[in-house]
Amino acid sequence: MKVTDKDVAYVADLASLELTEEERSRMLRDLNSILEYIARLSELNTESVAPMAQVSDRYSVDQPRQGSDRFAYASREDVHNGLRESLPHEVALKNAPETDGTFFEVPKVIER
Amino acid sequence: MIAGKEGTGLTIDGVRSAIAEGRTTATKLAEEFYTRIKQEDPEIGAFLTLCKDRALDQAARIDKMAAEGKPLPPLAGVPVGIKDVMVTRGVRTTAGSKILENFVPPYDSTAVARLEAAGAVVLGKLNCDEFAMGSSNENSAYHPVHNPRDKSRVPGGSSGGSAAAVAAGMAVATLGSDTGGSIRQPASFCGVVGLKPTYGRVSRYGLIAFASSLDHIGPFARTVRESALVLRTIAGRDPMDSTSADLPVPNYVAELEKPVQGLKVGIAKEYFGEGLDPEVRAAVEAAIQKLAELGCEAVPVSLPHTEYAIPTYYIVATAEASSNLARYDGVRYGYRAPNPRSLSDMYRRSRDGGFGMEVKRRIMLGTYALSAGYYDAYYLKAQKVRTLLTRDFDEAFKKVDVIAAPTSPTPAFRLGEKVNDPLAMYLADIYTVTANLAGIPGISVPCSENHEKLPIGLQLFARHFDEATLLRVAHAYEQSRKPEWVPHQRSPR
Repeated sequence: MKVTDKDVAYVADLASLELTEEERSRMLRDLNSILEYIARLSELNTESVAPMAQVSDRYSVDQPRQGSDRFAYASREDVHNGLRESLPHEVALKNAPETDGTFFEVPKVIER
Repeated sequence: MIAGKEGTGLTIDGVRSAIAEGRTTATKLAEEFYTRIKQEDPEIGAFLTLCKDRALDQAARIDKMAAEGKPLPPLAGVPVGIKDVMVTRGVRTTAGSKILENFVPPYDSTAVARLEAAGAVVLGKLNCDEFAMGSSNENSAYHPVHNPRDKSRVPGGSSGGSAAAVAAGMAVATLGSDTGGSIRQPASFCGVVGLKPTYGRVSRYGLIAFASSLDHIGPFARTVRESALVLRTIAGRDPMDSTSADLPVPNYVAELEKPVQGLKVGIAKEYFGEGLDPEVRAAVEAAIQKLAELGCEAVPVSLPHTEYAIPTYYIVATAEASSNLARYDGVRYGYRAPNPRSLSDMYRRSRDGGFGMEVKRRIMLGTYALSAGYYDAYYLKAQKVRTLLTRDFDEAFKKVDVIAAPTSPTPAFRLGEKVNDPLAMYLADIYTVTANLAGIPGISVPCSENHEKLPIGLQLFARHFDEATLLRVAHAYEQSRKPEWVPHQRSPR
C-alpha cells in the first residue's frame, strides 16, 4: 500500500489541516517510509486474537465482569448531588480567542 | 558549579529536616533554587515558565507551619518542577506548542494538586517535545533542551526539561509524562531516576492528552527513595479520572528496605539484539551481575513479539493523538488564525499555524490508520498485536518478579543528529514502548557511564501495580553501587 499525493490531500482534509506544498511532499515521503516499516505487522497471524483497546479492562478487579459491567468503573449516578460545580462563565471564556462575553464567537457558519 | 550537601544539593528528606530543624526555610530554599536556575538554565533551557509568586506563597505557608512547630507534610518545602503538559491554575501551560502559547488553565491537574497538598513548592513549568511527541526534546516549539552532562547532546524526550532540571540541580524532583518512554529515556540520558507507574496508578486529570490508552504521569528524582516518596504522594484513585484504579497505595518507602534475596530477575534476549550499543550492553549486563550478587536469581525469559512493538505503538499512539488533538480548533482556547474566510478555513489555518511538523506528521499518520479502508489493516491489526505483546509479559511474569533491560539502545545522541529522520527517532523508543502498550510499571536507574562520561540507564519492569517490588530492586541495586558511585553526587562541569 503506497501513499499517493491524492491520499495525502484526502487525509489532510479529514484532519482539518491545510499543509503547504513543501509539507505535503515531506509528508508523502515520511508516511511512506513509516508505513513501510509498519507493514511488518502483517507477518503475524492475528486471526484469533482479540483486539486490546486499553489496559484498564485487564485489571483483576474488572476481569470477572462481563459486557458493559466491565466499564462500571467509568460510570456514576446521573445526579447533581456530589457533582462539582461548573466553571464560572467568565472563567470558562477567559482563554477564548474571540468572545462577546456570553458566547464563543466564530465566523458565520450558514451563508445566505 | 557543584551543588553541595546544603541548599540545592538536598534530598527530599534533607529539605524537610533542614526546615524542621531551622537550618533553612522553604522561602530561602526557593530563592536559592531560583538563583541556580538563573545561573544554569540559560545554557540548558529546561524551564518554559517560572511561577515565583505561587512558589513563594506556598513556601511561606510551610515556613509558618514550621515556625508554629506543626508537623510538616512529607514533601514540605521541596522545590519541584512540572512538565508543561500538566495544567496549572493561573500558570501558563503550553504543552511545548505554539497553539497553546497564551493558554492559562482555570484548574490544577490532580498530580500537581497532590504534590502541593504534600508541601511541595512548584518552581515552574518544564520544557518538552510538543504535545509530548518526540524522543529528544527538539520538537519543542520554544527552544531545545541541552543535556546537562554534555551540552552538545539532547536530554532525551519528551520529558527532556524534567530530566535536565533534576540532573542540573534546578529542582529536587520533577513530574514528567510517559506515553512511549518519555520519562525513562530522558532519565537514562541525563543520569537520573525516572519512573513510569502502572497504567491507572496515577490520575491523569489535567494531563493534556496525547494517547489516552498509553499516557502516564510519573516522577524524576536523583534517587529511587525520592521517586518512591513522590509516587506515594501522587498515586491513588481520583474521581476526576475514571481510568485511575481504585486500589490501595502501599507505603513504597517502607517497602524499599525489604530484602531482595530470592527474587527472580528475567532477562529477555529480545532486549539485547541488533542495534544495542556495545557499551550499553556491557553496562546492563554488569548491572544484572550485581543483582545476582545481591541474591537475585537471573532467569531467561522470552518476549517474542518485541520486534513488533514500535510499529504497533506508532499506530495506536498516532490514532489516539489524531482524535485527542481534534479539540485544537481555535474556538474555545488556543491560537486562532487571523481573518478566517469561513469556519472550516479557521479550523485549518489555526491548526496549520499552531502545530509543528512532528505533530502534523502524527495526526496525518493516525488519521490515515483510522480512515475507511485502512482501519482493519492498521488500527485493528495494531490492537491485536498489542494483545500479543501484553501476553508476552503475562507469561514472563509467571516465572519472574522483575525484568531487566537497557532503557535506551544508545546513550544521549547529538542535537540535530536524528531530527530529519522520523523513523530513526522512533527507534530510540525500542525498549520502552512495550511497557506503555502493556501498562506495566517501568523504571530507569543510572547504572554506568560510557567512555565519553555519558550516563547509561538500567531499565526494570514489574507486574501491574507491583511498583513496590520494582522500587525495592531498583533501590537495592542503587545502594549496592555505593561508595564507588553516589547517585546524587554530580560530576563537576
